[in-house]
Amino acid sequence: MSGAESTAGVRVGRRTEAAATATVERKRPPVRPGRIVLHAFLALTALAFLFPLLYAVFTSLRSYADTAARGYLSFPRELTLENFAKAWRTGDIPLHFLNTVVVVLPSLVLILLLSSFVAFGLSRYRIPGRRILLVVFTAGNLLPQQILLTPLYQLYQLIDDSDFMYDRGWYVYDSYWGVIAIHVAFQIGFCTFVLANYMQALPEELTESALVDGASAWRQYWGITLPLCRPPLAALATLEFTWLYNDFLWALVLMSSGDKRPITSALNNLRGQFFVDNNMLAAGSLIIALPTIVVYFLLQRHFIRGLTLGATKG
Amino acid sequence: MVGVPTIINLCLVWLPALASVVLSFTRWDGIGLEAIEWAGTRNYEEIVTTYPPFWPALAHNVIWLAFFILIATPAGLLLAVLLDKGIKGTRIYQSAIYLPVVLSLAIVGFIWQLLYSPDQGMINQLFNIEVDWFGNPRINLWAVLVAASWRHVGYVMILYLAGLKGVDPTLKEAAAIDGASEWQAFRKVVFPAMRPVNVVVLVITVIESLRAFDLVYVINGGRNGLELLSALVTQNIIGEASRIGYGSAIAAIMLVISTVFIVVYVTQILREEKA
Repeated sequence: MSGAESTAGVRVGRRTEAAATATVERKRPPVRPGRIVLHAFLALTALAFLFPLLYAVFTSLRSYADTAARGYLSFPRELTLENFAKAWRTGDIPLHFLNTVVVVLPSLVLILLLSSFVAFGLSRYRIPGRRILLVVFTAGNLLPQQILLTPLYQLYQLIDDSDFMYDRGWYVYDSYWGVIAIHVAFQIGFCTFVLANYMQALPEELTESALVDGASAWRQYWGITLPLCRPPLAALATLEFTWLYNDFLWALVLMSSGDKRPITSALNNLRGQFFVDNNMLAAGSLIIALPTIVVYFLLQRHFIRGLTLGATKG
Repeated sequence: MVGVPTIINLCLVWLPALASVVLSFTRWDGIGLEAIEWAGTRNYEEIVTTYPPFWPALAHNVIWLAFFILIATPAGLLLAVLLDKGIKGTRIYQSAIYLPVVLSLAIVGFIWQLLYSPDQGMINQLFNIEVDWFGNPRINLWAVLVAASWRHVGYVMILYLAGLKGVDPTLKEAAAIDGASEWQAFRKVVFPAMRPVNVVVLVITVIESLRAFDLVYVINGGRNGLELLSALVTQNIIGEASRIGYGSAIAAIMLVISTVFIVVYVTQILREEKA
């Protein structure tokens, strides 16, 4: 299996040129041979992209003893789920999954709620400087996170050193709230941008007629605008879930206790335990990747819409 | 309604971003605000002269960006163009190529370790060689770039697929009637018509290249051939040698680079809004 795969990998390079020339030479009517080359090229490329994951599945199902004795490219003598059990225990996976839930769910709710507030305000009221505000939100989300890192780390320390926090035994550094706060602050930029665009495109008569009927701002927002925004909200929820789940940096830097870290950041502590045994590494990686893969298969449409909403609608 | 989120955004995003610039001109051990000392441009001078990982990190970021712009991004565009022909099975091909995009770069590093590891990795066993793909500083950056592209190609492809759908099909027809070949029509008509998407892809490619961090950090902490600006900033906070001035100066350099592209992006948004 793997042998065929890798020759496929070599072939992909040549196919690229073949397909490129095919596109150049072929004029409007689709010629049969060109179509076949195109199919072959795309199928091989798709397979090459799936290959690392398929190989991970293959490796994760084999016992270490089997691969140690006969190599990773041999035909498996037996398949086992033992590596998954081992990775689950070694990596303290349930604990870190729970941390992920504790960080991701509140962040997600707050991000969508707060950004829809701003988007509603900016698209429905003539707030002075609203364009500048929109730029501030949008541009902030494009900053590389490392730019904020040092001051943010210091800011959290300073807050914790204040008498107010100290007397109450509260702290933001090394806390779930600290990580949630930066997730919310950073991600509302992107969501505000997408939602404001969407709300601006909604017919203004909708809220105007509600206004005439005497509906409060809250009713215009909650009762009229938000239900109409279900498509972008679904897209953003899917996309943001994946981004928050995949966050590595914030929890790594803003938390010092390894056992508080969400699953993705915990990967850094798991490295030493996992890297000695490729079978367990494969199983562990798949367990951790599974939630986003499941979301991808179930909600692919929303995921793609989320990305392209942000990118193609100015 | 607008106020609270704005304050959160300003305090936790923009204030720290600007504070990075201020701190880059100071010397501080991070303990107590009164211990901050003005240092002028000394951090910058020291970074470029006596801080060994700075130049390699900058070079690696440039290589990263060049690899993405010259190889990964065009590959994504090519795949988008081919998939846009709408042949049978397009959705399956598209889903497969796009799948790595949902994985975190940290997990990407773990999965490629299965292929790259020196004694248990697939590549070495297949070719019966002994190469330390992630460990050898002469080649590990390239090995990492292949893994990073695995994810970037699909990302670009999706953006361009959406962009291609937005191109008026009559433009292509008109070009064909004028006798343009498919390649000419693409280069002269379709590609320029996708200008907004091109800008987005350019900005995303640059920013992602600057942000690149997780992958090198899970492999070896961003050392030994895998130095990146982002990794140096992190090392100067939570690493063993924490120098806030250095970290901030590197962050300030990243801010300047990213600002150029953010301005390009924002200008486009404002222009579209007017149109």
